Amino acid sequence: MIGYLLRRALGALVVVLVLSAVVYATFYIAPGDPARLACGPRCNPEQIAQVREQLSLGDPVYVQYWHFLQGIVAGHDYSTGTGVLHCDAPCFGLSYQNDQQVTDLIVQRLPATASLAVGAMVVWLLLGTGTGLLSALRRGGLTERVLTWLTLAGTATPVFISGLGLLMVFCAYLEWLPFPSYVPLTDDPEQWAWNMLLPWAALGLLESAKYARLTRSSLLETLAEDHIRTFRAYGVGERALVGRHALRGAVAPVIALTAADFGSMFGNAVLTEMMFGLPGIGQLLVNATRTIDLPVVVAVVMVTGTAVVVANIVADLLYVAADRRVAL
Amino acid sequence: MTDLLITTEPEAGAAPAPASGARQVWRRLRARKAALAAAAVLGLLVLLALAAPLLTALEGQDPNAYHDTLVDSARGGVPLGDLGGISAEHWLGVEPGTGRDLFARLLYGARVSLLVAVGATLVQILVGVGIGLTAALGNRFVESALGHVTDVMVAMPLLVFAIALMAVVPADFPRPVLLVVAIGLLQWGGMARLVRAQTLSLKKLDFVSAARLTGGSTWRIARRELLPSLAAPVITYAAVLLPTNIALEAGMSFLGVGVKPPTPSWGEMLSTATTWFRADPMYVLLPALLLFVTTLAFTVFGDGVRTALDPRAESRLGVGRSRRTARTSGAGGAA
Repeated sequence: MIGYLLRRALGALVVVLVLSAVVYATFYIAPGDPARLACGPRCNPEQIAQVREQLSLGDPVYVQYWHFLQGIVAGHDYSTGTGVLHCDAPCFGLSYQNDQQVTDLIVQRLPATASLAVGAMVVWLLLGTGTGLLSALRRGGLTERVLTWLTLAGTATPVFISGLGLLMVFCAYLEWLPFPSYVPLTDDPEQWAWNMLLPWAALGLLESAKYARLTRSSLLETLAEDHIRTFRAYGVGERALVGRHALRGAVAPVIALTAADFGSMFGNAVLTEMMFGLPGIGQLLVNATRTIDLPVVVAVVMVTGTAVVVANIVADLLYVAADRRVAL
Repeated sequence: MTDLLITTEPEAGAAPAPASGARQVWRRLRARKAALAAAAVLGLLVLLALAAPLLTALEGQDPNAYHDTLVDSARGGVPLGDLGGISAEHWLGVEPGTGRDLFARLLYGARVSLLVAVGATLVQILVGVGIGLTAALGNRFVESALGHVTDVMVAMPLLVFAIALMAVVPADFPRPVLLVVAIGLLQWGGMARLVRAQTLSLKKLDFVSAARLTGGSTWRIARRELLPSLAAPVITYAAVLLPTNIALEAGMSFLGVGVKPPTPSWGEMLSTATTWFRADPMYVLLPALLLFVTTLAFTVFGDGVRTALDPRAESRLGVGRSRRTARTSGAGGAA
């Protein structure tokens, strides 16, 4: 177990390092003047010179990369000409366009993204597995056909269309909900939940379609296995059969999908944030891309990539806990 | 997409052929009405996209011409007239704010959407088949290295990466090409996995061993023996990738990091949706509906193709047959 964890951690470290190298190479060695790009269109030549020095662009590439890594692990001191600006670890550099440290920018945006992701996850796990369960149990009936089509439509609908549909129905025609505007959980939990309802539904609906399909097929597969047939022959009731025995086999694949899907969930979260104007990391990334704020773009890529790697390890551990046939 | 259907269509009145190759797949596909309906929708869509210049000329409009007189500047640019300004001159109304013709923009948007999606799928096929084949045929080191790279690529947040890429590419680089490259070069993991797995199982079969015994080089075996057998699963998977790519292009244009104005794109039209959905619902509903129908049709069709080529049929397609013998024996079976 410990050995396995160490191996996984080492593997994850290698992946993150390679990712950092590729990202660094893509964004700072790419054609164009990184200092001018990072500084933004309104910078004068002196400011650009200062940025060039702060990014140590005069040094060989590997030294620059080393500084970049050093900043993430141990923090970095930037000379501002008159004094020293300290940037704590994990330091992803300075966003010259926002006049802020990149790490701070990301930390400010985390609550909105986390609110969206956690709430939507609850929606899609409940709705997805519920729908899958229902459609597996009502096999061959009208319910199954309807659910199959609904999930197919769900997987085919981009989140900015389902979100738009929800907005048009609930905000414009029924007028049950105001147009969502983000209220931090710490300010007012009730308003927070009220305003997050539509974003949760939009992201949750899209993702739940995948989970419904997976739950259905893995449940059907488990129900066809020998041990279930044996239980049934012994007279175990259908409810207990599904609830106590078959569902357990279906939990592990759902966990595996959650991990495998973490990356695409991030992408859909970006779209959802932009759709509903949530001030999350996705919005930060899109705005930084539009203004070519390279340090922010690089940091968001690194942070989301690392999050995916970590999520995969966590999911593997959960998988083992859910399926006792798998040992480490 | 439609090519697949046309080339595999059996002659009318042919007796049900014993299981073989494309003919069998076509028969199974034909049995699925939903997949056929989806194929019809897609065919119509491709036609509309191809005929876009013709149809807009017929309408007498241009996708990029502004019509200030058709929008109500006092109300923030809402189109004058009912249903978003639908009239004999503007068949689907005009864009709020600018008054550009909506019918023309939607049709030209279909071109962008389909071109980017098909282009990206082709890149994914090229990269995926290349990496998958190399992994399956290479030595242990190559295999494990490529396997790891593929695993990482599959897990990564690719939309995030694709958005980020837009920040470093020079502004004058043509955006549709950039989208094709970005989506294609990032999202090939699934294809590589599929090709690797298929190649590994094909490698064990007699006809590949025979080719190797007769002194064929690895490259020659890959080209002459393996690639023809890989065609069916690769096409199937490509059909599954297409709707994802359409959604990716639309998503990036929606975010404002896709195709650049004034190039029309469904995603770009939807980017101002939250501004207009109350005042001019038509403007929002039309691109949303088109995008929904397109991705749904591609998904249903891809699903149909996949079921028609279920794993057992897949191996039957590949086992011991080059494409040519499969075709001749199919014709012989019908006679």
